[in-house]
Amino acid sequence: MRNRVIICEASEIIANGLAEVIDSMAQFDVVARIESPEHLNEKITASDANLAIINPLLLGYQNKEFINQLGKEFPNLAIIALETSYLDHSILSPYSGVIEITDTRSKIISKMNEFSQSEATKKDDVELSKREVDVLVAVAKGMMNKEIADLMNISIHTVISHRKNITRKTGIKSVSGLTVYALLNNLIDESDLL
Amino acid sequence: MSKKKVHLFKETKLAELIAGDRKLLQLLPRFGIGLGFGDRSIEEVCRMNNVSADLFLILCEIYVDSGFKPDPDELKRIDMSGLLPYLRASHQYYLDERFPHLEEHLQRIIEACGPKYGPMLSHFYEEYKKEVMRHIKFYEEEVVFPYIEALLKGQHTDSYRIDEFEHNHTNIQDVLDDMMNILLKYLPGDILPKERIEISLDIMELSDDLNRHSVIEDHILIPYVESLENALP
Repeated sequence: MRNRVIICEASEIIANGLAEVIDSMAQFDVVARIESPEHLNEKITASDANLAIINPLLLGYQNKEFINQLGKEFPNLAIIALETSYLDHSILSPYSGVIEITDTRSKIISKMNEFSQSEATKKDDVELSKREVDVLVAVAKGMMNKEIADLMNISIHTVISHRKNITRKTGIKSVSGLTVYALLNNLIDESDLL
Repeated sequence: MSKKKVHLFKETKLAELIAGDRKLLQLLPRFGIGLGFGDRSIEEVCRMNNVSADLFLILCEIYVDSGFKPDPDELKRIDMSGLLPYLRASHQYYLDERFPHLEEHLQRIIEACGPKYGPMLSHFYEEYKKEVMRHIKFYEEEVVFPYIEALLKGQHTDSYRIDEFEHNHTNIQDVLDDMMNILLKYLPGDILPKERIEISLDIMELSDDLNRHSVIEDHILIPYVESLENALP
């Protein structure tokens, strides 16, 4: 899966320079750049980012609380600090990594790879779980979330979270695409589709 | 990835603009700008073709920079008369050229898949095509655009309002991305690999194009139509 990066930095020179290095990497796209953290949450949702690079100076006193809150709201988001001037360890501790302004291009590249991998290992396997396969089969047969929830005796919320994981693992978003996926993997056959 | 930045000024030669980002080439026919423009500037070429250079540049900007969102105040100063013809020409390009091209490739892959996978792939594409036609042809072209044309003539209709606009391109792109994943990742590897690589490159290009197209509709067309609606007595 490609990494989608959001950069939150006030200096255009720094933000653009960093974006240029990141965009030059095959697995990374800078999907959004913002100058202040004001609309960060909305931007993350809208751009579906999985990596946020934030200058802690923009957060001031609220730094720690803000980052912890962000981590809670987006459990799959890697939050990286962009250190443009010396910052105390306590300020950097809520972040899962730090990019320093003095880092060279190759240093930034190797750090970015590291951040994205630690993110991948945090997430479970790429294989679909038994439960996810059950949900996938039901979706492929054309069932609605409510019907699936009733059938499997789980909440709609759980069905939705399974569906999100299925999409993340397979890379397929649409119902018709999931049906083809299920057929190709012999999870269902044509006769199920009537 | 070629992300060479172009600076978009009217005084720039059109040829330089295109050399900076080759995606921009596909905008020319949609604006009715013919080839053979020599070393003329963007402004001159636009004037010769009766195209607003401001509109042309702002659409170029959307193609060059994926994160670009036009400034609403700036939009108000731009002559939008060329927008609808541009969008119609884009639709025509998708429906008459890109999708048939995709289909032609896909047809060969479907045949090579044989009875086991062929029919489902074919069904997948047919359903997709129906959705594309429903949105672009039967909705945008037959409901939304005529409504806007009526507005431009000062005609007042209560049948439709632009705030009802369906943002259906996301779905059209999602399924397109799914198609690419199926072709690259999930169909057995020995079925026409060369053809599948080629078609996937085409899909990526089309998906990118549709993405910009929806930015144009959401951030230029809709505010423009809203201003027309507000100007009604």
